[in-house]
Amino acid sequence: METNLALLLLLAPFIGFLINVFAGKKLSGNLPGILGTVAVATSFAVTLSFFLQVSSSKEPVMIDLFEWMQLRNFKVNIAFQLDQLSLLWLMFVTGIGTLIHMYSISYMHDDENVHKFFAYLNLFVFFMITLVMGSNLLIMFIGWEGVGLCSYLLIGFWYKNHDYNDAAKKAFIMNRIGDLGFLIGIFILGFIFNSLDYTVIRTAIESGKLLQPSWGISIAALCLFIGACGKSAQIPLYTWLPDAMAGPTPVSALIHAATMVTAGIFMITRLNFLFDLAPEVQNIIAIVGAVTSLIAASIGLIQNDIKKVLAYSTVSQLGLMFLALGLGAYQIAVFHVITHAFFKACLFLGSGSVIHAMHGEQDMRYMGGLRKVMKVTFITFLISTLAISGLPPFSGFFSKDEILMTAFHDNKPLWVIGSVASIMTAFYMFRLLYLTFYKDFRGTEEQKKHLHESPGLITFPLIVLAILALVGGAISLPGNSWLNEYLAPVIAKQSEHHHMGTTEYMLMGVAIIGAFIGIGLAYAKYIKQSSVPGQDSEITGFAKVLYNKFYVDEIYTALIVKPIYALGSFFKNAIEVAISGFIFGLGKLANVLGTEGKTLQNGSIGFYLFAFVLGICSIIVYIFLAK
Amino acid sequence: MENILQQIGIENYIYLSTLLFCVGVFGVLFRRNAIVMFMSIEIMLNAVNLLLVAFSTYHQDAAGQVFVFFSMAVAAAEVAVGLAILVAIYRNLNNIDIDSLKKLKG
Amino acid sequence: MLTVFYILSAITLGTAFLTILSKNPIHSAIYLVLCFFSIAGHYLLFNAQFLAIVHIIVYSGAIMILMLFTIMLMNLNKEDEQNKSVLTRFAAVIALGLVAFVLLATFIKAQPVIEGYQVSGQDYQSIKVLGKVLLNEYMVPFEFASVLLLVSMIGAVLLSKKEHINS
Repeated sequence: METNLALLLLLAPFIGFLINVFAGKKLSGNLPGILGTVAVATSFAVTLSFFLQVSSSKEPVMIDLFEWMQLRNFKVNIAFQLDQLSLLWLMFVTGIGTLIHMYSISYMHDDENVHKFFAYLNLFVFFMITLVMGSNLLIMFIGWEGVGLCSYLLIGFWYKNHDYNDAAKKAFIMNRIGDLGFLIGIFILGFIFNSLDYTVIRTAIESGKLLQPSWGISIAALCLFIGACGKSAQIPLYTWLPDAMAGPTPVSALIHAATMVTAGIFMITRLNFLFDLAPEVQNIIAIVGAVTSLIAASIGLIQNDIKKVLAYSTVSQLGLMFLALGLGAYQIAVFHVITHAFFKACLFLGSGSVIHAMHGEQDMRYMGGLRKVMKVTFITFLISTLAISGLPPFSGFFSKDEILMTAFHDNKPLWVIGSVASIMTAFYMFRLLYLTFYKDFRGTEEQKKHLHESPGLITFPLIVLAILALVGGAISLPGNSWLNEYLAPVIAKQSEHHHMGTTEYMLMGVAIIGAFIGIGLAYAKYIKQSSVPGQDSEITGFAKVLYNKFYVDEIYTALIVKPIYALGSFFKNAIEVAISGFIFGLGKLANVLGTEGKTLQNGSIGFYLFAFVLGICSIIVYIFLAK
Repeated sequence: MENILQQIGIENYIYLSTLLFCVGVFGVLFRRNAIVMFMSIEIMLNAVNLLLVAFSTYHQDAAGQVFVFFSMAVAAAEVAVGLAILVAIYRNLNNIDIDSLKKLKG
Repeated sequence: MLTVFYILSAITLGTAFLTILSKNPIHSAIYLVLCFFSIAGHYLLFNAQFLAIVHIIVYSGAIMILMLFTIMLMNLNKEDEQNKSVLTRFAAVIALGLVAFVLLATFIKAQPVIEGYQVSGQDYQSIKVLGKVLLNEYMVPFEFASVLLLVSMIGAVLLSKKEHINS
């Protein structure tokens, strides 16, 4: 029964994918979308039943389907594991997935390839479930690669635009770099533990019988972290995520904000017992996370594309999660993943609603005043913005504050970085809000006429997500955390419980004041002074550096792409010419020899005999006289 | 038993055979008539046969002479086939001038 | 004996040259017969009677008659052969010199290997001994020689047969 239910959970989106991909073209109107939504909703329902079951019994559900491969005593099974962590992840993957599918029915309504869109979306959900449900690293890797593929397909969904294709390729290649790290990490773990099963690895580590020195595990942890960097867009592999906004907005919401990009955090949390053994790697994770958070937030300060701002904000928030992971506070990272999934999905969907109303315009400089026409969108957007800015009692406040609190206890410089990033977040999110919804409309008259509130299928998910963003913090209130208890069986090392003392309340106060500073700055600039960001050419000084994203893409181009091109053209122009010249030269030589030698065959027997005699003479000279 | 080699010496036979062989080579290269070329080949074969017999006597071994016997058999076979070919050529070309056999030209 | 050898050698080389240089193929053939007789004389000098007899029978008797017969058949007994070009003849002379030089040089270089001759007194070349060697040690090649002759006979018949397909 459990096995069948779990298979239903796993395969429902896949069946949706199959139907949409093979028969979707024949389905009319909204049918592909409804089908896709139902498929994901089925998964969500099953997940919910499992969630309730595991919540009460605390026992994970293990499903061992069949043996995949056996190499001597190394064995990999197709097996799934439904424990607290994976169920939690499944809950918001399928839950938000359902909402976003619903949203997409309306959003993608006019697209001619709508069945393809839902096929990819369903396939993505299927791979995401595989990633989360697998009970060993190899199955996780299958899901990992699968979601990468779907991400590629969906970023390049509007494949007729060349830039979008480039963005898709960039995402795919960046992810490949990370995936290589992940794969190497898997190989090292397989070598050390002779198994890829989470439970086996965990038992081996907890029994203390390590066959290898711990640096093997450290290297494995580092490689896995590189994989997580690629998937979760951390320095130095983050540049693909902002470009990934080329995809349709629901995709950005589902894949590039709520679910797929959190796969790296899931993986590290899943293997927390392993990362605990490698403190140096944890340090690296914390530092990378904090720095990413700061840099992405600073870039986000000055972007004008509504989705780009949200993308950098996503990178920044992911950086905060990694900071938490690096500090060993896995529950808090998971907590932030969940709250972030709520409010960021809501923000993206809200921006999608705005873009929908603006007929594809994404530049905030041409928006404004939308508050009056798009009430529902505005209110939900406001709630989510307050949540991400870290104001109580919105969910983002609790999760972000816990991260900063942990950082304050463990590592003060990282706390400073994280706090600055939070202030920046508050600033750029309110900048976004003010520019989009306040003041007067700055677009064309044509657009103004068509401004309208989005239909119910779009606003319903927004409302649900906004409510979740509002109350989501309740799952882990400071001092009384349901989440910590729920995740306790999965996390090996329990982080020490912060006693809610004066310091903690003071920190909260600091965080709130920081958020207000950011909001105040934004208010002063964009409401009081009514300033609108200038044209690209007017930007100067440090702002220009920020606007151009610290020139990271250019630096990568100069450091990696150009040398590879140079090497390639060197091989093409020098080496290949030399080699082919040599080969063709041999061919030409043979040709010339043949042409010339042909004249030797002149048919004159006398000449043949003469040559024959000469040959005999030289043979005799060689054999008898030369020595 | 008296032997000729004691009086003449093997060197003289070597020189004789060599010269005879060279005459054969010269004939093959010099003439255009296929039959005369055939004869030159026979001269070369005989030069070798002569040397074989000389060395057979020198080593006092019957094998050399047996070999000459075989060589004669082969020569006989060769002449039979070769002359048959010549007849066939003559039928087609009406002469046996080797310079007119240029069909092998590549 | 040395005198006999020189006379015979002179006849051999002389008739060989005449064979090559005669314009008329019939003359060539007759000179060649003489050449073969002189070689048979050399065999007799070696006391190799069997070979001398076989040589006369096979070469002078069979081969040369076959050749003469062919010449007659093809009606070649005229001096109508055109000379080769000067260049070719020059090349032939050069080749002659070259081959002679190379072979003589080889043999002269091989001189130290040749030791003085000693008579062992054994009988090694009477017909009786040759027959024993031929039919014991060289039994299989002997049989093969018979097959070879048979095949060449068939081949000769086939080749010289008139073809009726084209005509």
